[in-house]
Amino acid sequence: MKIRRSTSSGKDTIELQMTPMIDIVFQLLVFFIMTFKIVSLEGDFNIQMPLASQDEGLPDENDLLPPMRLTLTANDDGQISGISLNDRTFTSFPELHDYIASRVGDAGPSGSEDAEVELDCDYHLRYEYAIKAVTAVSGYVDRDTDEIVRLVEKIRFTPPRENAEATD
Amino acid sequence: MHEGDLTPMIDMTFQLIAFFMVLINFTQSETDDRVQLPQSTLAKPPEEALEFPITLQLTRQGSVIIGGTEVLSIEGLRPYLLNEATVLQQREQQASEATVIIRAHKDAQTGKVQDLIKICQENGFEKFALRAKEDVGN
Repeated sequence: MKIRRSTSSGKDTIELQMTPMIDIVFQLLVFFIMTFKIVSLEGDFNIQMPLASQDEGLPDENDLLPPMRLTLTANDDGQISGISLNDRTFTSFPELHDYIASRVGDAGPSGSEDAEVELDCDYHLRYEYAIKAVTAVSGYVDRDTDEIVRLVEKIRFTPPRENAEATD
Repeated sequence: MHEGDLTPMIDMTFQLIAFFMVLINFTQSETDDRVQLPQSTLAKPPEEALEFPITLQLTRQGSVIIGGTEVLSIEGLRPYLLNEATVLQQREQQASEATVIIRAHKDAQTGKVQDLIKICQENGFEKFALRAKEDVGN
């Protein structure tokens, strides 16, 4: 590339050495391409589980909603085979979600803070389904505003089944 | 000496470099190829970073990866958790203030996750975060 001066004639032109720069620039480019990694976004479900709450504590008298016990059963393959909340059974997670939404919604604005769901899963249930259940009870994404509406915020697991027999 | 015009090429190359520089992510996200997270529509990245995170990764086979080392059984995790708790104590923090991030494989057994939570509870940890991948296909 030549640097042209508009006033003077083309006699005293300065040749810039482009080769080293392009070398380095390509090195940089290759470095960034090699280290490029598409990171999928990850998020958390926060659960508070102090050890003391493991034994069936007395229900808080201020609770508007009794703790709900969500039981997930699995077949031999680890796939989900049954969803039931207290005594009501559901066939799918959307159905469970609708029920939770109506029930928590009825309890007023503070419903989402008071409601509590305890997950009781079969030991060999695939974790994927546990997360689906947690998703179904903990909230939904509002289609219009694209914001997350929280339903049940307190989620716990029961003690693992193989080690401790579920106390009912 | 005949020389082609290099300006457009250099322009483009710098554009590319700028693009990759902006997108590069140096945060040491503790990801592991052995763990495929379950998807969830509610999994949105947290607005602020957790204060004392401890990441435990549960593979499909039931082994746990903590800080790059793989522990084959959940029971074998005890010394590591004890170590984490001691480190927290030295910083004058309670173990209950730390958050245990659980990255479990989507096909892992839920019971293993519960076992993992239990063993953490026994070491004084109380806050847990179940990590899931954001589900964009909606």
